[in-house]
Amino acid sequence: MHIKVEHLCKRFGDFAAVDDVSFEVSDGSLVALLGPSGSGKSTILRILAGLESADSGQVWFDGEPATDLHARVRGVGFVFQHYALFRHLTVAQNIGFGLDVRRVEKSAVRKRVKELLALTGLSGLEQRYPSQLSGGQRQRVALARALAPEPKVLLLDEPFGAVDAKVREELRQWLRRLHDEVGVTSIFVTHDQEEAFSVSDRVLLVNHGRIEQNGTPMEILDDPATEFVARFVGEVNVFPATVRDDRAQSGALNVRIKGSAPSGLAHLVIRSYDLKLWREDPGVATVQRMVTFGDRVRVQALVDGAGPIIAHFPRRSSLLRGVEPGCRVQVEVTTARAYPAEASSLHPIAAT
Amino acid sequence: MKHAAYALTPNRGERMLRHAVVLYIWALVALPLVALLRFGLREGLVALAEALRSPVALSAIWLTLWTSTLVALINMLLGTATAWALVRYRLPGKTLLAALIDLPLAIPTLVTGLMIAVLYGPLSAAGRMFEAHGIQIVFAQPGIVLALLFVTLPFVIRAVEPVLMEIDKSEEEAAKILGASAIRVFRTVFLPSIAPAVLSSGIRSLGRALGEFGAIVIVAGNIPFRTLTAPVYVFGEIESGTPRTAAAVSLLLLTIALGLHAAAHAIERRIGARDA
Amino acid sequence: MLEHAHSRAAVAPTTIPASALHADARTAAWEGIARAAISGVVLLYLATVLVAPLVALASELTRVGLRAALNALLQPNALFALRMSLVLAAIAVTVNAVLGTLGALVIVRHRFIGRAWLSALADLPLAISPVMIGLSFLLLLGREGWLTPLFDHFGIKIMFAFPGLLIATLFVALPYTLREIVYVLEEIGTSEEEAAATLGASPWQIFWRVTLPNIRFGLAYGVLMTLSRSLGEFGAVLVLGGSISGQTQTATTFIHDAIEERQSAGAYGMAAVLAFTSVALLLTLSWAKRRRQAS
Repeated sequence: MHIKVEHLCKRFGDFAAVDDVSFEVSDGSLVALLGPSGSGKSTILRILAGLESADSGQVWFDGEPATDLHARVRGVGFVFQHYALFRHLTVAQNIGFGLDVRRVEKSAVRKRVKELLALTGLSGLEQRYPSQLSGGQRQRVALARALAPEPKVLLLDEPFGAVDAKVREELRQWLRRLHDEVGVTSIFVTHDQEEAFSVSDRVLLVNHGRIEQNGTPMEILDDPATEFVARFVGEVNVFPATVRDDRAQSGALNVRIKGSAPSGLAHLVIRSYDLKLWREDPGVATVQRMVTFGDRVRVQALVDGAGPIIAHFPRRSSLLRGVEPGCRVQVEVTTARAYPAEASSLHPIAAT
Repeated sequence: MKHAAYALTPNRGERMLRHAVVLYIWALVALPLVALLRFGLREGLVALAEALRSPVALSAIWLTLWTSTLVALINMLLGTATAWALVRYRLPGKTLLAALIDLPLAIPTLVTGLMIAVLYGPLSAAGRMFEAHGIQIVFAQPGIVLALLFVTLPFVIRAVEPVLMEIDKSEEEAAKILGASAIRVFRTVFLPSIAPAVLSSGIRSLGRALGEFGAIVIVAGNIPFRTLTAPVYVFGEIESGTPRTAAAVSLLLLTIALGLHAAAHAIERRIGARDA
Repeated sequence: MLEHAHSRAAVAPTTIPASALHADARTAAWEGIARAAISGVVLLYLATVLVAPLVALASELTRVGLRAALNALLQPNALFALRMSLVLAAIAVTVNAVLGTLGALVIVRHRFIGRAWLSALADLPLAISPVMIGLSFLLLLGREGWLTPLFDHFGIKIMFAFPGLLIATLFVALPYTLREIVYVLEEIGTSEEEAAATLGASPWQIFWRVTLPNIRFGLAYGVLMTLSRSLGEFGAVLVLGGSISGQTQTATTFIHDAIEERQSAGAYGMAAVLAFTSVALLLTLSWAKRRRQAS
């Protein structure tokens, strides 16, 4: 089903949880709403499900207005963050619930439940209660329950937030395969960028109740539209800088910027893997620390007049020859972007 | 405040049900209290104060206040000790005792009174023993205190028990390793945690004791100026057809009870807020 | 205990000087004394205040004789009082189960003006002396009461009649079911109900299939509390009912009158019946509580 959202707003008291949000999701795609906690992404999802009402704005499902439809008749499958399984019902009864309340014939319910148990790999567990299942199993029951009435849209609120790291990775891949198999339009909320990029077709980056960028994972990684996006995805260095034409100057650094930025004061944003450095006297920076993580080396240096900068290298990189704490290095930036300075403060948002 | 989800917003039928429920509770609880308030204040506050001037009424109120306060204090002290012992020590018959603690909540108060009258009455062994030492319990003030103690027994114990169970063992051990004495450990680790619970449950037991009727009416003997408590006095005034003094004493005690109820509620909410 | 000793031993060589070790031994000795003293005081306290009265009633009952007590209980007025208490309790339980559940749902799930007042009001019967409850209703429904003309008009007699007993019982029992379910509803949250809504369930289906099964142990607990409280109510029932033998006498007011009339067999017999019932209820309650915590 094709979903269209226009100018959605929702306030809780003085707090604008959703602030003029518009986007479209094409039929059969898998979309991630990515953003820090409190950014309003869950509220958007809950409005789509009819669990929350919007103060203003419109929602269309396949061109039909759905803004005022009750959750009960929207045909939306919703997977809750903490599963919200019915604790007094067995796995089979949980999965069959959405069909039972619609008075579907018992034998048809049994058949559908069996199908879903097979699809979600839960066969044999149908008589268990939720409290007797592992986190990953509960997650799959929740998915099966949401899928049972054959919803036109599947909405998932932090679907893997409550399971441990290893199970989460398995579930991600499983969700992607399941989506490709079932083909139902799906939107999921996450604060984990890796999750958003590895599973979804498109990512909507949400911050302070607004959509910062709507694009494919590649577009967002390669062309962050705003400073927030650039800072949120991956580890970045940010310097106060002055922009003139296509170059930005910050202390001893003078780099070409990608895209366009208005002349004047700006924030220069450089990804930690979009730069090179090598030993050179006098150079522009002094190495402060070097830390090795597995096959990678993280170098922290102090750029004259600009501040600390962080760079990542493969451990055996020839560039690192002779580089050690205290030595002088030259810095070359391969890709950099500049954003107007008033956008936000200089503190990194998400250190990864 | 958590917002109720839009999907669960009550529909018309549910709102009608709500109005019915709200009306029922207001009619059942608020109406009679308003009637009492109106009757008590009908002739103004001066007349109300005048009605309280009767020496019998004053002595009954005083007796109720001091016995209840004493009982609340004993509860706070021995109730805390009991909770402490139940949580941390191995006692003979502990499981049975732990189950019995709730009994005063379940047993009719009149039966409580009867039991104490039987136990310490002039015909019983215990009663005769105390009498030989010149101590009268039944039909005397100690009987009132004992009856109130029985009735309010679970309050402090049941409030302090869960708090004691939740206290982190490592905090206590850390204090001990740092060389703190047992008293010091109690003061710094335990007291701050249990103090609000002890206080609020102590207040609740005070409120409960102020209004107790069934357990006292049999034990106390209801002798004016000696063992006539305020609730029993109110009952007597109702029986003898003088509701004016009954209403005056009731309003006074009710005001105190509601104040205590509000205070305990406020403390409990603060505890709840801290836990969340 | 073992863990305790172990952690102390593990730390002692490095951080605690020898002098402190002596202090530690002294502390341990003091702790032993404190333990014995506190245990002793607590046991003595519970024995005097709690256990002894129970034992006294039992022994008194055997002194009077079980047969005599039973005979007294089989007298028509005793049977009537017992039946009256049971009828009152049954009605109070039914009304409270329904209205307590609805009231709790309203207080926890609905948002409306006066909600906090309603919640405070529902708690109030716990704080008011039964005699004063009786007096308040007397002033509302008695000879010169506000609503008396209304009920007189319809020919309904409330004071010293069954309706008076019922109102008193409903008042004192109101908070028990309601508070219990409020507590459970707040614990459970709304996500299961929301899930049911997205799966297509109507409000009616949500209540019967999700909410009610989730609060069932809380409800059972509340019902047992209501039952015990209603059976045991004395002050308010005495004031409003007047304890007229064979008309408005309940089990508790029967005991009261039997004591006044020095009919100890009847008094002890009925008291034993009530005490036994409350012990049985208490055991069931603690079972319900455990079930609730387990689920």
